[in-house]
Amino acid sequence: MKALFAFWIAHRGELAALLGQHVMLVTASTAVAVAAGVPLGIFSARRPRLASPLIGLASVVQTIPSLAMFGFLLPVPLIGGVGARAALVVLILYGLLPIVRTTIAGLRSIDPAIREAGVAMGMTPRELLRQVELPLALPSIVAGVRVAAVVAVGSATIAAAIGAGGLGEYIYRGLSMVDTTVILAGAIPAALLALTVDAGLLWVERQLSVRRRSPRRRAAAAGAALVAAVVLLTSGVAARRTSGAIIVGSKNFTEQLVLGELVAQIIERDAGMPVHRRLNLGGTLICDGALLTGDLDVYVEYTGTALTAVFHAPISTDEAAVFDTVRNLYAKTGRTLLPPLGFNNTFAILVRGADARALGLRTIDDAARQSPRWRAGFGYEFVERPDGYAGLAKVYGLRFPEPPRVMDLTLSYRALASGQVDLIAGDATAGLIKALDLTPLDDNRHYFPPYDAAPVARAETLLRYPAVRRALEKLSGKISADDMRALNHAADVEHRDISTIAREFIEARITRESRTSR
Amino acid sequence: MPVPAIEFRDVSFTRPGGLRVLDRFSLTVESGDVLALVGRSGSGKTTVLKLVNRLLLPDAGAVLVEGRDTREWEPIRLRRRVGFVLQDVGLFPHLNVAANVGVVPRLEGWSPERTTARVDELLDLVGLGAQTVAGRWPDELSGGQRQRVGVARALAIDPPVLLMDEPFGALDPLTRAELHTEFRRIQQRVRKSVVIVTHDMGEAFALGDRVGVLEGGRLIAYDRPDLVAASREPLVRRLLDALPVVPRGPVSEAPGPEGDERGAASAR
Repeated sequence: MKALFAFWIAHRGELAALLGQHVMLVTASTAVAVAAGVPLGIFSARRPRLASPLIGLASVVQTIPSLAMFGFLLPVPLIGGVGARAALVVLILYGLLPIVRTTIAGLRSIDPAIREAGVAMGMTPRELLRQVELPLALPSIVAGVRVAAVVAVGSATIAAAIGAGGLGEYIYRGLSMVDTTVILAGAIPAALLALTVDAGLLWVERQLSVRRRSPRRRAAAAGAALVAAVVLLTSGVAARRTSGAIIVGSKNFTEQLVLGELVAQIIERDAGMPVHRRLNLGGTLICDGALLTGDLDVYVEYTGTALTAVFHAPISTDEAAVFDTVRNLYAKTGRTLLPPLGFNNTFAILVRGADARALGLRTIDDAARQSPRWRAGFGYEFVERPDGYAGLAKVYGLRFPEPPRVMDLTLSYRALASGQVDLIAGDATAGLIKALDLTPLDDNRHYFPPYDAAPVARAETLLRYPAVRRALEKLSGKISADDMRALNHAADVEHRDISTIAREFIEARITRESRTSR
Repeated sequence: MPVPAIEFRDVSFTRPGGLRVLDRFSLTVESGDVLALVGRSGSGKTTVLKLVNRLLLPDAGAVLVEGRDTREWEPIRLRRRVGFVLQDVGLFPHLNVAANVGVVPRLEGWSPERTTARVDELLDLVGLGAQTVAGRWPDELSGGQRQRVGVARALAIDPPVLLMDEPFGALDPLTRAELHTEFRRIQQRVRKSVVIVTHDMGEAFALGDRVGVLEGGRLIAYDRPDLVAASREPLVRRLLDALPVVPRGPVSEAPGPEGDERGAASAR
């Protein structure tokens, strides 16, 4: 509890910004969903033949898990990609259903005699809608808006996976660091926000449907809702980062967060450019797609990963050859692979230290002999990648009695340590290996390609801002495998703040050395 | 001779289901007259009203309002010249009494001052104190008060024609009798051309300058009340015996005319 408050106080600026982004996402998406959903509801309430298929379609959309929806939108031009725009599209789609549905329900629940009275009095359809039907359906519509807004608060936390910002960043960061405090730092404000939105709109709804409404009271409710919307929107707009900045990305595990932060800070320090951080993106292909569309300017990739997962080129184990191949492939698609940072983050096939000692395990071959008695657990990517599980099992003849359990990469370390699985594929540079007493096995058949970490950037950006290239090159060869393990350890095990870790590393290793070399 | 307020010329009307509701139906309402149209449920009384303000159009024949075919009337204009009072009143629940009565004046673009003055005048006319009820909500009124507000609303911009669809059907007998008196008083002052639809013969006799009896889509009697009451036409007689008589407790449709026939006849 203390740690949580300490975290909030230390990160109050960032917390405010993330909260602002979150509120912005929710308010803007709900506003658009209302603007589109209410007319759509009015339209279909009058055409029953249209209403059921429309509601059906909206229900289907609603059942698509939000993470999958973000995934579907990644390759879509204009509305897709990564960042707030794609997130807004998804949130709007989710918000439409409840609003359309309650608009239809509200209009249909109106006593036909009342509608008939309006028509008989000589109201035009428009007058009837504005003076009779909409006012009577309003409480029901507001109930739909309430549902939409609360859903949006929840879905927006997931939007952090595609770099839309918001409180979900803390949740993802906490998950990748396996740090409950950080998860709570995002989850608690998000929950409070949801409760506030719910209670606020419930109040508005009540004001609109109380038995004895006075015009003043209705005006007060409408006014309060309007003021709240304006305040939320402006705070959201104010929280938006400046454009024209260099956008630095990272994948969603600790090492990538540290590397993303290092890249961001070196650009801020040495190139003097504003940086917009889109860290914690949900995987290699999201980062790659974002780099192609210009949603990212730079992130750190691993050569072997680029070779296999991005370009689907044949696996090679020659370090220099892989680097050259990947650099050429990137160059053909308008991207520049900068010199490697200095460490190879290969996959480490890990077992518990106790097992390794008891059974005398040193190589993956040794482990393969145990595999019929073991359970394996792998991250999502490892199961799918061409340089992942399928090839590994073939090369080493792994025969697990049941298919490997698929889980979050970071959680798999804990799962191994706690005995839920017996073998995992982790990162060679993970800080948790030492902290949890895990033993990496030797890849004695040389299955894995080299995974040299190197920044990859949009060529266009580097041409426009040569200072960015010079800043990035300062990291070349500066981070050894030991350095990376120490950095990961500081974040994962010591739970230290990632931006502080990065700053200290840059001050100790980069600026000082460049000063002495001068 | 002045143009009749309402004229039905050989009007036929068939419901979408294929049921013929009116069959070569003809009728004339002179300006300033009250026509009480009696018939049992489903006899087409409400259809007659809806044909007048063009909520429905006839399949054959013509309905003329102030000498003009309803097909030629612009529907919105027509409906604003024809006040309509519904059985369940249809007051707008989100508007207070004053706002309900002022709906049509506002639609017509009257100034707020003129509307307020007119609303006060109308509430006064229907025997409701403007100060006491103007700010109330429809669900705070008694059934009788609601009906009065409905009449006030229908008269708001002084339309020459007033249609009333079983306006007093849902009221208790005492309130009903009271409102009958009120109606006659108001009609003496405003002199509208009125069509009032009821299934209650007694009510028709109490209110109509003329009484029409509707059966099987045709008008089987149409005359001064005393003449209709004395009619020897067998169908009219049967209806006279079958229909409930005022005052005799709240009207209930449930037992059906057959079950009540004997009792009603002996009470007479």
